[in-house]
Amino acid sequence: MSQVRVSTTVNGDAVEYLCDADETLLDVLRDRLGLTGAKEGCGTGDCGACSVTVDGRLVCSCLVLGAEAEGRKIGTVEGIAQGDKLHPLQKKFLEHAALQCGICTPGFLVAAKALLDHNPNPTETEIRFGLAGNLCRCTGYDKIVRAVQAAAAEMRKG
Amino acid sequence: MPLDPNLDPASHKFNVVGTRPVRPDGIDKVTGRAKFGADAVAPGMLHGAILRSPHAHARIKSIDVSKAAKLPGVKAIVTRDDFKEREPSLRDILWNVMARDKVFYDGHAVAAVAATSASIARKALKLIKVDYQVLPHVTDVDEAMKPGAPLLHDDMITAGVDPAPKKSSNVAYRHEFGRGDVEQGFKQADVIVERRFKTEATHQGYIEPHACLANVGPDGQGELWVCTQGHYMIRNTCAALLGMNVAKLRVTPSEIGGGFGGKTTVFIEPVALALSRKANRPVKLVMSREEVFRATGPTAASSMDIKIGVRKDGRITAAQADIRFTGGPFVGSLVDMGAMSAFAAYDLENSKAVGHDVVSNRPKLAAYRAPSAPMVAFGVESVLDELARKIGMDPIDFRLKNAAKEGTQSSYGPKYNRIGLIECLEAAKRHPNYTAPLGPNQGRGMAAGFWFNFGGQTAVSLNVHIDGTVALTVGTVDIGGSRASMCQIAAEELGVSYEVVRTVTADTSSLGYNDITEGSRTTFSTGMATIEAARDCIGKLCGRAAKIWGIPPEAVVWEKGYAKPAGANAGNFEPLSLADIAKQAATTGGPIAGHSEINAEGAGVSFAVHLCDAEVDKETGRALVKRYTVIQDAGKAIHPSYVEGQYQGGAAQGIGWAINEGYIYGKDGRLQNPGFLDYRVPVCSDLPMIDTVIVEVPNPGHPYGVRGVGETSIVPPLAAVANAISAAAGVRLTEIPMSPPVVLKAIESNGRAK
Repeated sequence: MSQVRVSTTVNGDAVEYLCDADETLLDVLRDRLGLTGAKEGCGTGDCGACSVTVDGRLVCSCLVLGAEAEGRKIGTVEGIAQGDKLHPLQKKFLEHAALQCGICTPGFLVAAKALLDHNPNPTETEIRFGLAGNLCRCTGYDKIVRAVQAAAAEMRKG
Repeated sequence: MPLDPNLDPASHKFNVVGTRPVRPDGIDKVTGRAKFGADAVAPGMLHGAILRSPHAHARIKSIDVSKAAKLPGVKAIVTRDDFKEREPSLRDILWNVMARDKVFYDGHAVAAVAATSASIARKALKLIKVDYQVLPHVTDVDEAMKPGAPLLHDDMITAGVDPAPKKSSNVAYRHEFGRGDVEQGFKQADVIVERRFKTEATHQGYIEPHACLANVGPDGQGELWVCTQGHYMIRNTCAALLGMNVAKLRVTPSEIGGGFGGKTTVFIEPVALALSRKANRPVKLVMSREEVFRATGPTAASSMDIKIGVRKDGRITAAQADIRFTGGPFVGSLVDMGAMSAFAAYDLENSKAVGHDVVSNRPKLAAYRAPSAPMVAFGVESVLDELARKIGMDPIDFRLKNAAKEGTQSSYGPKYNRIGLIECLEAAKRHPNYTAPLGPNQGRGMAAGFWFNFGGQTAVSLNVHIDGTVALTVGTVDIGGSRASMCQIAAEELGVSYEVVRTVTADTSSLGYNDITEGSRTTFSTGMATIEAARDCIGKLCGRAAKIWGIPPEAVVWEKGYAKPAGANAGNFEPLSLADIAKQAATTGGPIAGHSEINAEGAGVSFAVHLCDAEVDKETGRALVKRYTVIQDAGKAIHPSYVEGQYQGGAAQGIGWAINEGYIYGKDGRLQNPGFLDYRVPVCSDLPMIDTVIVEVPNPGHPYGVRGVGETSIVPPLAAVANAISAAAGVRLTEIPMSPPVVLKAIESNGRAK
């Protein structure tokens, strides 16, 4: 099977790669581009650990083909901080102890950023439903919701 | 190490302990840089895949790998023939890692392939031909105990029974704990409640599937990168299974994406090493989520009869439990821990708990957070709830009347030292959650929980660097922030700031043996070893100061990060900071380090009390948790945020267990829901905020009074949620998970009964 040639943008950088026609975007990111921040927790779109954005839209990269990235803009957890400046969500996740093991954290950050990009002032319920596609097994979500609330408040202050 | 005699944790002013600093591994984990099990690669790496049984129970007549071996790109295939039986005590583990004569459950490993790509490895699996003779199977614990049930092992004679039974059965072991005379006790009771309870198996549900990267060379030396709770256990077990030299196998733990007890044994690691040895190439093996559900170690499934009698004044006169657990095809359902913990929260004259360890065609269980205690607490605390109602007593007052305290002889044996159950119950009673008004269709439940906590073998090394910073090397895997807590403890002892210390987890070749991160032991045991190593180091720092000053070492004291002359007689010298002394290490005797190698004892038992408000839709049977509060004794909280996190996480897992989660087996004995879509763990929108109260009743067995906190938080939720749902639904729930059909059935049968 011949491979597909793909030109895309990942975290603002132009990227080209060859991938198999049946290869997921998650596998491309992890195995071909060395971006292992997105994790495979299930491979079936149920856990959100592989969350990335495609043209600003939140997706599970395990359900997207690598070939589908052609001409798109991909955003991953590796692109959330600006140089050494952490995004408010990253800072608040640390300050609020919103991670224990940390395997779900990249997916939560990508999903929470997508949420706040669309809704800068979400209610607790909106946060809970906005993050319902991401599983965390350690925290019981309490500290994650509080971190997102705190980050949203800080971002609104500008 | 006992509680420091001059340290009353209630009034002692700690500098670093009790604060909430950012964890040292934090930045890596919010930027995607942290390396977990599946994130490693090696030059020339092959990809492994495992062929698994589609049958619940079958004899393997033959395995033909010849076609798979010819597929281009396939570099090694292993089957039962590649795993010799070397060590009788590891037989069950070996048989679980790779099936021998029989497969015992849907998902049991039968063969494995290493190939140049993952897709070639998967294709090769399809070319392996296994000839099975399918056998009758059994997955339900009560069915497995019946005479005439399909037998898993023809030679299994129940142990723990005298005289030994003549016929083989699926009952591997019978355990009994207790004291007094329950028959006499029940005669003294005014009210007796007896009920049968049943719980399905659940999975720890860690988000990171098992993953490892093995590299074994022809010289017998090996490397293994693996996500595990215990890399020394992995090393010792794999070396014994594969006939390798322990010293030649170096195991490095990755960051771990959750474990909760499920990563305390071997599954794929010996297979990856065997493939690597055979192919003479590095082999990466990563489980899929489906494999995690089918072929790792969920909890036992349980069935139990609980009978408790009380006098009208609220004193329990007798308590009895008959508990049946099945945890897969081998002995070791951990029912003994269930029986031991059953009545451990109460001061009872007459108690008896019998546990039956039953084998069945399910995957071999692993620990899950306070293993066995949640299910048994579900039964016991449900019956206590019903008794309190029957005698018209407040459920917390009822428990206070019977609560274990310092000096109580526990139902499983030892006499308690200082414990905090009464303090937790009193805090629960004071909490606003306990008296807040309830809405329509809502009910409130409470339950208490107990867990033993463990200590164990621990080694740490503390090195002072040339610039006065400190490297703390530990051998316990950090599963929820323990590196932060260890930095805090070392900084507290040395009198330096948190930022001065960096804690790293060593590989197995860089530090002495450490037991697994399990049993809520890490902050307790590694913390204790860190204190000891820091004090050892302080002794050496004082010695160096003495040398610099030309006075005897006994004339130097350590205060707030400085060596000082002990008094006027010692001489008049400017205090030397840790950094001052570190700078002169080379000229005063060489490197400065402290060490500790201990087998930590004195892990104090711990108790929790949970409050739950649930709402039940009586038309659909759907139950929702609306409010939840965890009150638990931490002894002394080192990093309160991570203590709260343990409380909240255990509660959330318990709520999932109570309402949503459970293994569903088809008539064919195959698991029907091996994925997160159908095995539904709680998501963010399922839960409310989870309130926490940290009670601190110091553990007399630790210098700061620390008790483990990781596990106790999952013990009460099954019962607390069941008591709340029972109150809301107006009918006693006795089956878990309390999914909508189960709740609806209970409501409807109660309606018919009336």
